[in-house]
Amino acid sequence: MSTTAIDRQWTTRVRKRIAGTFPPEKVLPDTQPAYVASWIYVFGVLTLAALALVIATGVALAIMGPTWWHVSGVGHFLNSLHLWSVEVFFFAMVVHLWGKYFMAAWRGGRALTWITGGVTFLTSIATAFTGYLSQTNFDSQWIATQAKDGINATGAGAFFNVLNLGQMLMWHITLLPLAAAALTALHVILVRKRGVVPPFADEPREGGK
Amino acid sequence: MSTKRFNPDVEVAEWTGRQRPYDILKEGTIALIVVSLLVVTLAVLFGSPDDAPVTIRQWSNADPIDFATTAFTELAGASATATYGAPYNHVPATGQSILGVSLENLVGVHIPINTANDFVLIPLAAQTDDRRLTAALSAWRGATPTVQAAWIADYAAHEPTTVARGHLIMRAHHAGPVPVLIASLTQMAQSGALDQALLTNNQRYYSVNYTEPLLFLANGNYFSTLAGNKHLAGNQWGMMNETGNYPGQAWLWLYTFWYQIKPFSTSASGDFMVWALMMLASVIMVLVPFIPGVRSIPRRIKIYRLIWRDHYRHAGR
Repeated sequence: MSTTAIDRQWTTRVRKRIAGTFPPEKVLPDTQPAYVASWIYVFGVLTLAALALVIATGVALAIMGPTWWHVSGVGHFLNSLHLWSVEVFFFAMVVHLWGKYFMAAWRGGRALTWITGGVTFLTSIATAFTGYLSQTNFDSQWIATQAKDGINATGAGAFFNVLNLGQMLMWHITLLPLAAAALTALHVILVRKRGVVPPFADEPREGGK
Repeated sequence: MSTKRFNPDVEVAEWTGRQRPYDILKEGTIALIVVSLLVVTLAVLFGSPDDAPVTIRQWSNADPIDFATTAFTELAGASATATYGAPYNHVPATGQSILGVSLENLVGVHIPINTANDFVLIPLAAQTDDRRLTAALSAWRGATPTVQAAWIADYAAHEPTTVARGHLIMRAHHAGPVPVLIASLTQMAQSGALDQALLTNNQRYYSVNYTEPLLFLANGNYFSTLAGNKHLAGNQWGMMNETGNYPGQAWLWLYTFWYQIKPFSTSASGDFMVWALMMLASVIMVLVPFIPGVRSIPRRIKIYRLIWRDHYRHAGR
């Protein structure tokens, strides 16, 4: 096979495209711009770490089924880990989001990075909401009966029935986590591709010379 | 020659300055360890709430009058579910709307529920060993709507208000089979049979769909009173709270906030209005980079100077 024929292969083209867009120093950087020096930057990686724990504890809970945690001490502790990892996840994500807003982190062709982050936040809210509906306890009963009116009012209640435990559980453990994880991956890829937004150009202070 | 003006809220001069060492894998590992320790500590210290779900059996034994009153509204077609409209049933002049547009009515009925049949008559029909009940069911089904309405009216005027040894003391004497139907359903509920019957109504052996028992439960006062005692009512920021002293879904604070103020808290279309508002807020949040004014706020309020204070300190030298 000639070199030209190899170059025309889909696999070769995709590999070259990936290698060009994501050289190793971008994927696993060992330096970063000097301005990246604030605690606010920590909240992005804290969000990712909390997400990893959310997924790990959720998978562990899934092994024995949705009602096991009510009758098992180990299960209840796993549920507590799942709950608190979700709380930490949202706390870190909200701080991260506000931090990125105050940095106007969409500048310099980074709008899609912002958008994927925003949509991930909304998807995470839906994922957590279906989790609350899947607890099979008083909270899930009450939240379901309260939430139905809002969702019904949008017309979505006809297809997304918050009173249907089976449907909510499946959304919680498959569809929404897959969407949130995929969006997170895309968000991180875009961050690695575009880099961290630089500061605003310094402006002369009022009264300065 | 056209010169495009530099927009500082959209564009940025890419960094060509100094770099500093950055170990991304070490940072990720440390973050995972820190978050793991924090989560384990929180889980050990505070655990997680798990109040047992309410059953219809529990409700009907704890407050048989409230259960019987609710059951009667289901039979009479007067309960919150019976008069709900889409997506549960066709009821004229229902459905939340904004500017005359009702999305739930446009989508229509997709989860059909007839409360008299689904919550009362079909579950009772399974109690085949009670000849008095069987006769009452036959009488109800054989009656014309006019006769049924007369029975309903008489029962409504003489609803039971007392209970003796768990049994309702019926006061209506011209309500046809209604007292037997309500008393039988109450007994069925008290035995626990109604929980299962509602769960498997119109379904096969397996069921994970709690639509009917949850709607029935929510139509009574018992469930909402319990929730109010647990600070979960709508006017107590209930959507974001959970039982016990836990943070709950704190990220829903803005959504829940609207329910605390007028016109959202009093409008018949309050849910739709809150959702419309939150959808708008979500779209604005996602599209901030393209919205003039909103995207300029960070540059104008200058909190970024705090974030990049080292950078500006060096730049100022």
